[in-house]
Amino acid sequence: MRFETIIGLEVHIELSTSTKLFCACSTAYGAPPNTQCCPVCTGMPGALPVLNRKAVEYAVKMGLATNCEISEFSRFDRKNYFYPDLPKGYQITQRYRPICTGGYLGVESEGCLRKIGISRIQLEEDAGKLIHNEAEKVSLIDYNRSGIPLIEIVTGPDIRSAHEAVEFLESLRLIALYTGISDCKMQEGSLRCDVNISVKPAASGSEYGTRIEIKNLNSLKAVRNAIEYESERLKVLLSSGGCIIAETRRWDDSNNVSEPIRSKEDVQDYQYFPDPDLPGVYIDRGWVEEIRSGLPELPQTKRRRYIEEMGLSEQDARLLTSEPYRAYFFETCVEECGKPKAACNWVTGPLTRLLKDKNLSFSAPGISPAYLAGLIGMVDKEIISYTIAVNVLSEMLDTGLDAGSIVEKLGLRQIADEDMLTEIVDRVLYENQDSVRDYRSGKTKAFTFLMGQAMKASKGKAKPELLKTIMERRLDQL
Amino acid sequence: MELYKLTIHEAARLLDRREISCTELTESIISRITDVEDRIGAFITLDIDRALAHAKFLDKLGPAGYEKTALTGIPYGLKDNICTSGIKTTCASKMLENYVPCYDATVYRKLKAVNSILLGKLNLDSFAIGSSGETSYYVQTSNPWDPEKVPGGSSSGSAAAVAADEVMFSLGTDTGGSIRQPASFCGIVGMKPTYGLVSRYGLVAFASSLDQIGPLTKDVTDCALVLNAIAGYDAMDSTSANRPCPDYSACLVDDVTGIRLALPREYFNSCQSDEVRSQVIKAAQMFEEMGAVVEEVSLPLSEYSVPVYLMLSSAEGASNLARFDGIMYGYRPDGANSPEEIYKRSRTEGFDANVKRRIMLGNLALDSGKFKNYYLKAARLRTMIKQELDKILGKYDIILSPTTTETAFRFGVIRENTLDKYKQDICIVPANLAGLPAISIPCGFDSTGMPIGMQLMGKAFSDGLLLRVAYTFEQNTDYHIKRPMLHRGDVNAV
Ligand SMILES: [Zn+2]
Repeated sequence: MRFETIIGLEVHIELSTSTKLFCACSTAYGAPPNTQCCPVCTGMPGALPVLNRKAVEYAVKMGLATNCEISEFSRFDRKNYFYPDLPKGYQITQRYRPICTGGYLGVESEGCLRKIGISRIQLEEDAGKLIHNEAEKVSLIDYNRSGIPLIEIVTGPDIRSAHEAVEFLESLRLIALYTGISDCKMQEGSLRCDVNISVKPAASGSEYGTRIEIKNLNSLKAVRNAIEYESERLKVLLSSGGCIIAETRRWDDSNNVSEPIRSKEDVQDYQYFPDPDLPGVYIDRGWVEEIRSGLPELPQTKRRRYIEEMGLSEQDARLLTSEPYRAYFFETCVEECGKPKAACNWVTGPLTRLLKDKNLSFSAPGISPAYLAGLIGMVDKEIISYTIAVNVLSEMLDTGLDAGSIVEKLGLRQIADEDMLTEIVDRVLYENQDSVRDYRSGKTKAFTFLMGQAMKASKGKAKPELLKTIMERRLDQL
Repeated sequence: MELYKLTIHEAARLLDRREISCTELTESIISRITDVEDRIGAFITLDIDRALAHAKFLDKLGPAGYEKTALTGIPYGLKDNICTSGIKTTCASKMLENYVPCYDATVYRKLKAVNSILLGKLNLDSFAIGSSGETSYYVQTSNPWDPEKVPGGSSSGSAAAVAADEVMFSLGTDTGGSIRQPASFCGIVGMKPTYGLVSRYGLVAFASSLDQIGPLTKDVTDCALVLNAIAGYDAMDSTSANRPCPDYSACLVDDVTGIRLALPREYFNSCQSDEVRSQVIKAAQMFEEMGAVVEEVSLPLSEYSVPVYLMLSSAEGASNLARFDGIMYGYRPDGANSPEEIYKRSRTEGFDANVKRRIMLGNLALDSGKFKNYYLKAARLRTMIKQELDKILGKYDIILSPTTTETAFRFGVIRENTLDKYKQDICIVPANLAGLPAISIPCGFDSTGMPIGMQLMGKAFSDGLLLRVAYTFEQNTDYHIKRPMLHRGDVNAV
């Protein structure tokens, strides 16, 4: 029997506002426990929430970037339930009037662009963090995270594979990065995801199968593995005539299995009602347009432009846009040197590798894109060879100097003087008479060796084509 | 001269002329408290040393040392659900028996800034849920006019303390009449300002969309002075109104010419006491004689206001009280090991039956299966009730009615007939549902000598006009001057 897997995602993205959603406490990551909290975010009796305007702006940004309708009137609701990390006994979220509704995101899948519907984007507050100390048998609570703004993005049941789910999440992540609304650090929990999944026989029409929810996946790898595991599990169950129960499961990353969450945790009758402490939010149309016009070029558009206008390959375009700072570096460099292909090769190749080696990043690379453009120009004008240029780039990153200064300082200018090169070649041929004999007896490999020796003798500075010509000529003349 | 008997405006004049010192005034009040507190039981926390030290400090600084307003040097009390940093705020509950807030409510911060002298924290129905003061975990407050009778609630201590001259004024909170009803029962002035006029920041919430802090005072002039001190926009409260406040003292004009008063038939018909009804009608006639226009009106939705109030306040209350879970602060029994056990036992043992009843009612209203038929229906009715009131207040300046449908009742009555007592709130809850200002002022006594209160309710932000009409009545009557006899010294005073 053929089966179809139906997947919907609930994605939580932590917004990178400097203060929390309803108070002035800092949102900085990694502070000592309970040093970034106040009466409001610890739910002290009598404390009241005041909405952070920046968080609304960020939610609107995400809404606009994902083709959503921005609500003119939005409101906050209380989701009432008990949990030790929830200081007020309710979470302030948006059940009835979310900020954004009815959007979509195009996702590339098997060569075509599929529209994944976004039913809503809502603003809500995060809870505190429970820290269990097994040795001392105590549980501690850190409220630094309590009240940090999140957006929850809820998709329609439009995703059909683990690949699409990961593509969708990666697109969301990039949008969040490009618009600057989140740093999306999955390891710090800034991007988390719940997966709703069901499997049905392909022939069964539009009826959905029984739904399973997998909670709190916090890496793309976990999302992929969980979906693949779960859909396989459900298919096997269905094929063997088994019965699927709607339940919430957790993903065990180390053993690569999903397991049901104990029913005690699972059964929660959430009560929602409009939060009387927060008046409704009217979102001004003019403000929305202002935000729209301030949106940067989004990664998908950028990618298309790189391919269509700059003639780059799909793979290169993807690589370049996978990080906003890398794309920025690339584009600025192209503006300076006018050579997209060369800039792309340098940015995705040696520069990426060297930054990684030196523990630097595109957000603070230590050199300006114009410097790379200068280096590309020198290679182009044959002032230095490509190989030397890579070393020069490394030196540039270490010193912050431009390519010209380093080439001059280290005397790396390419040797294109025939007399000088002939002298080098003659010396090499004299010192390697065995190889010369090999060459004469028809072993072409010997030529490569001799070239290498000559290049080495020139300290890599010899102009390669000229060196080759001279080498061939002298060998013939011998 | 017994300084404790003074009103704020009288005392302020004497302080201003330096005829008395802050210390003398505070000492007088303290000796009064010593004399009558056993009989009244208004305080949960009384900090005489702190109050005296504050008064002495002000005297030492001298008038040049601080900014002077009418409330400077005036001893007062706060209902014990208003947060005071460093001073216990118990909400009259076992749950918060040892709870000391880490921050000040905005109203307390404002009164601190003008150097009013805090005597202590006043009794209430536990978590401000109740209308007799009887559900306090700590002390039974008695009505100063009759020790057998309740002072009303939930601001029981706030009303009784003012009526007994134990404080010169107090702040209470009013969710469904909790300032006005005890003010009426105790024969003093109590006002619930327009929703949003006074910041709720630091008020331990019962029902956020209905709660409002307000003054309880000996007369209307004092009420305006206190309102001046506590009203105003607060960025910490999103429901606070961002608009300028008038000088409420300047609103006090002895003139009601042309003021249009509406008397809702349904409010008067619900009166269980003929004496209450006739006394308020007498007051209406007096207004008419003074040049006001008085007409009977009908508010057909009145019968729904109490059930709607109960539904909505319980729903919000259940949610607001969810934070008392024994995890971070408040009562937690020994030996509770799992979170579930902590919740269950903290809440079972830390809340009294009355609070638990309202939490259960609230959870019922919010239950996902019943939400539409209970909470949403009540919310829709609330809007309709508000529209009905707004319509009448489009034609009239003020809705005049009794505050309560009878005078103070005996202890124990409410336990026997809870639902019947809820119905008494028909005149007072509409102001909360619609966010309107309302004031209760004394307008007579019944045959047993218990005070009768009448209520003036106005358009949103017409607090100044309410005070003016109340002031006019007060200027032409002497009900507000009469004080209960509590102590040997009081006999001569009356
Ligand atoms: Zn905070």
